[in-house]
Order: sequence, then C-alpha cells, then structure tokens
Amino acid sequence: MEKIKKITSMQLFLPIVCLVAVLLINVITTPGFFKISINNGVLYGYIVDVVNRASELVILAVGMTLVTAASGGQDISVGAVMAVAGAVICQILSGGEVSVNQIANPIILAVIAGVIVAGICGAFNGFLVAKLNIQPMVATLILYTAGRGIAQLITKGQITYIRDESYQVIGGFIKGCPVPTPIFVAIIVVVITMVILKKTALGLYIESVGINGDASRLVGLNSTMIKFLTYVICGVLAGVAGWVASSRIYSADANNIGLNLEMDAILAVALGGNNLGGGKFSLAGSIIGAFTIQALTTTLYAMNVSGDQLPVYKAIVVVVIVVLQSPVFKKFMATQKARKAAAQGGGQ
Amino acid sequence: MKRKVVSVLLCAAMVSAMMVGCGGGSAAPAEDASAEASEDASEEGGTITVGFSQVGAESDWRTANSESMKSTFSEENGYTLIFDDAQQKQENQITAIRNFVQQEVDYIVLAPVTETGWETVLQEAKDADIPVIIVDRMIDVSDDSLYTAWVGSNFKLEGQKACAWLQAYADAKEMDEINIVDIQGTIGASAQIGRTEAFDEAAQANGWNVVGQQTGEFTQAKGQEVMESMLKSNDNINVVYCENDNEAFGAIDAIEAAGKTVGPDGDILVMSFDTTNAGITDTLSGKIICNTECNPLHGPRVAEIIEKLEAGEEVEKQQYVDEGIFAYGSDVPEVEVDGEKFEVTEVTQEVIDGRAY
Repeated sequence: MEKIKKITSMQLFLPIVCLVAVLLINVITTPGFFKISINNGVLYGYIVDVVNRASELVILAVGMTLVTAASGGQDISVGAVMAVAGAVICQILSGGEVSVNQIANPIILAVIAGVIVAGICGAFNGFLVAKLNIQPMVATLILYTAGRGIAQLITKGQITYIRDESYQVIGGFIKGCPVPTPIFVAIIVVVITMVILKKTALGLYIESVGINGDASRLVGLNSTMIKFLTYVICGVLAGVAGWVASSRIYSADANNIGLNLEMDAILAVALGGNNLGGGKFSLAGSIIGAFTIQALTTTLYAMNVSGDQLPVYKAIVVVVIVVLQSPVFKKFMATQKARKAAAQGGGQ
Repeated sequence: MKRKVVSVLLCAAMVSAMMVGCGGGSAAPAEDASAEASEDASEEGGTITVGFSQVGAESDWRTANSESMKSTFSEENGYTLIFDDAQQKQENQITAIRNFVQQEVDYIVLAPVTETGWETVLQEAKDADIPVIIVDRMIDVSDDSLYTAWVGSNFKLEGQKACAWLQAYADAKEMDEINIVDIQGTIGASAQIGRTEAFDEAAQANGWNVVGQQTGEFTQAKGQEVMESMLKSNDNINVVYCENDNEAFGAIDAIEAAGKTVGPDGDILVMSFDTTNAGITDTLSGKIICNTECNPLHGPRVAEIIEKLEAGEEVEKQQYVDEGIFAYGSDVPEVEVDGEKFEVTEVTQEVIDGRAY
C-alpha cells in the first residue's frame, strides 16, 4: 500500500499513465499497432513512426521546458525559428539556386550557420525577456510573426529543394542502420542536456531563478544571465529541430516547417506535469508529453479518422489529460479518498 | 512628464488619422471626373492601361501567372501594364488598387491574397467606373457587382478528369480492383473541396475500394506522414490520389521507404494535381503516373474579357481557364467528363521544355 502511494504521488506517474492509455486504445482499435518488423532493411511499424515523428517535438520540448522553468513564460517563436534555420541551411547548400541536385557547400558548414542563426534568434528573445523584462509571450511574439517572413526573405519566397542523398540522411536513415536518424538526434540532444543539468548546477540555478528571481539574485545568482541562457539554448534546439524537419523533406518550406509546433511543444511541457508558471521542472515529463502528442496523432491516423474531425478528437483527449493533471482535480481525488477511508474507519 | 508625452503622441496620431480619413473621402468625387477623362484619353491613344495587383512570387505557379499577364498585356498587343507585387500582404494590394484608381487605369486585375476585406477599396474602383477582374482565388463580398468577372481554375473538373483517366487506365490495363487512398489538401481550401468531391463521386460510381482518406495539408511533410500510416494499416493499396504535387512527393518518399515501388510497373500508382515543374518531371519518369494541370496562364482569358468589354458586350461572371491533363505513356489518349472530351498529353522532355512554368 505504501509503495503504491509512493508511485502514484510521483510527478511522472500521471504523464506515463496518459501515454500508456493513449497507446492502449490501439490494442483494441488497431491490433497491428505494436508490430515492428524489418522492411527494406529498416525498422517498420507504427511505434517506430511515433518515436521517429516525435523527434522534432522532443527536441523543442527540451528547450521549452528550460525556458518555462526559468522565466515562467513560453517561447512561442520556436516554430518560426525552425523555418529560419531550415531556410538558412538549404540556401547555403543550394548556393542561392532554387532547386539543386548536388550540394554547393559542405553540409557541416550550412548546419553550423543555421544553428548559429537560430541561436541568435534565441538570444534576441532572451535579451528582450531577461534584460528588458518584457513578458515572454509578447517578446517572442515578435519572431513568431516575423520569423516566417525572414525565412521567406532568405529563400526569396520560393521553396528551395536540395535533391542530394547526403542531405536526406539526418531526416531519413544512415546507410546500413535500421533506426531512423531523427531518433538519434533526439537522444543526443536529450543526453547532452541531461548531462549539463546534472553535472553542473545549471538545473538548480534555473529552478531557483524560476521560483524567485529576486531572491536568487540576492544570494548571488546572475538571474538575468540564466534566463538569457535558457532562451539561447531554446533557440539553438529549435535550429536543430529545423534542420531535421527540412532534411525530412529535403527542402526549405518557409511557410510550413514547424507550423503550429510551438503550441505542441508547450502542450508537451504541460502534459509532462510541469508548472507553466516556472520553477521546478521535469525534463523527462516533457519528453513523455511529446511522445504522448505524437502517439495520439499517429493513433488517429491509424484509426483513419477523417481529416476534418481530427482536431476535435485531439482536443477531447488533451482536455481529459490536462484535467486529470490539474491540481484542483488531484486535490478533489485526495479528499474523496480521505473521506472513503474515514467512512470505512467509522463502519468498523 | 511621461504621461504628457504619451498624450501628445496620442493626439498627434488621432489628428493624422482624421486627416487621412478626410483625404480619402474628398478624393472620391474628383476621381469620378478624372476617370471619364482617362476613358477619352485611352480611346485617343489606342492603348489600354491595365493595373495588375499580384499576391507575390511564392511559387513557380505564381511566377508563371505573373509572366502570363506580362506577356499578354504587352505594348505590342496594345496594352500598358502596371504591375504591382504585394508580397503576400493585403494592405499592399489595397494601396496598389488605390494607386491604380488615381492613375486612372482602364482595367484593374486583382489576384487576391485573402477572400475578405475588399468591399471598401472595390467600391472606390466602382465609383471611379473602373471594371475589376479577379483572377485565381475568389473574393467574398456581399455585393457581387463590385467585380466584373472572375477567372480561375475549375477544381471539380480537374478532379473529374483525373478520376476519368484512372478508370480508363484501369480498363486499359485490366486492373482487377482499385484500392485507392485519397490524400486531401488543407480542409476547406477550394482546391481540396473540388478535388475531393470529384473523387468521392467517382469512387462511388466506379466501385473503387476507398481504403483511406486523410488530409496532407498540401505539404510534403504531412503527405509523407499520412502515407506512412496508411501503408501500415492497408497492405493492398495500389493507387494514391494526392491533391497536389507536394503531397505526392511526400507520398512517393513514404512508399519507397516502405520498400514498395511506384510507377506503371510498380506496386502503387501515384496521381497528382498542379503539374509544377518538379511534379511533371516526376511524371516523365512515371513516378507520378498522371498529373492534372492547374493552369496559371490566366492572361489570355483576361484579355478576352477585356476585349469583350471594350466592344460593349456582356461577359460571364465566372470563367474557367483551359487545363490539360498530363500522363506517363499513352495508354489513355483522351478522357470524357459529362460528354465533353479532353485530350491527355503524354509527357516527353519536349512537353516539359515547352511549358511556361
């Protein structure tokens, strides 16, 4: 009994339950959902799709968690920053042409440039939020609206195609490896972030700044710098996500790369049981949240729900999950349980 | 101190707004008079001035659309074209139309970026007696006398032609059954509505087995994701009906990643719309077996309308551009929709080189 109580009171308990619940729907509706086979030399199956397609969202959710924890607000520009990074990378690779069959510049150069530009976008957001104390939502609204315009400017309003096998590796497969590359990218990002947070005191600093910025400053933490850093990290990660997304379609589609993904990233953070008002955070929770969202999308595809009804089902599931995790509901459940226990005690 | 500065700024803003408002109001009658003058002038000069407000240059399709206008309304053909690129912004288009009215053009051609919000500026054009011709997307106005005519694509007919082609191809190749999936466009877009409607009707009429229908939002990424999922739930798919070229690229990637082949001798036939340059190149190789055109060459049809108006004739309010159908191989020479016959063009390198976009 004690053990069960301990497990259910863990922060990660509810997010995991939600993910499992979404996956369990498939046991009934789509029996073949969990089947994984090797097809054409690569892993093949719905579960592989979920993990593969969630990669960008996982990467974004990591950045979003840090930003949320430190500043108590969200960066809504990440989707647009993804488009900017994709545009920069493809434009450098194409050497200014609209469509090329051979890359004009080394990929590593283009990717570094793309990620640096994304980092600069993050730094811009960070400057507005940390230095000028502008509300995060308002500060990042600037790049949210302007970002895709900037991406359009970079690509001169056209979709830049890079039809070169070598560019498709990061969004597809490494030759001879059956696991989709985006999964590796997501794992690398998560591991590096975890190591930095665990090995340095950065994680602790972020939490303390998020809980009380002034108090943290008084004990000697440079809270402005820490907030600024989280936005830079978030920008860089958006750049990495943009790289993966543009490699998947071997092109820079400024209008559509990362479209509405910022909202999914925020949702992932919320589904992970994190407080959107800042403070303590759980990276693992956000990652589970990201997988839950993608599992839901893939589930609905597998059930062949028609396109115009898709958002409704998604909304219903999200509402249920969010309500389940809300503090008021948790408290209500706790009092119910206590009452039940008291009634049982009285009957004896 | 701060508050004072703010209030002064606010006052200044209000005054300037009023001045702009008044300016717009008083200019209207003056334009009426000058419009008549310009009509006289154009009859004397012999050239017709056309103001064209274009959305932007976001795709090959759009660029071809602009080129078509520029080549049709050339000096040699007796026109003067004032071209304005709005860079995807309605404000720019409204400003452009106001400028056209002030410059006293004879006709205004508008490729609207959005459907709504055109009443005021089109009323100004109407007051100045300048006929407005809408191209490509439709506009949503309560009073349809605000524009003279609309020229664009017949999306339903495009879908009907593609479906007729598939049935004819299946007959020619003696395919036992058609297990088809439909990757729809963005739900609610006029292209999606027309093409899906035609698909649904044809599937029912011809007894096709529709194994899936899902939106790919006209993008490559979504097309790929949706196809990936459909391939897993259905092993027997042999035709994919994509509602634009980008979705088709994504679907082809997903099919090939699943170890299946596309094309006439492969496992799955991919059909598509729009015939962009990249799309028709895939039709040449057979990856996209049939590609139905969404014709951007609106220039000649608009010129036709203008000639009729010049001659004082009535014009039809809705006019469609002629659109072709392109296919790999020559198994189906022509298709028939509602008793009308359409020729199917076999794609060759010359056909691609000969196209304007």
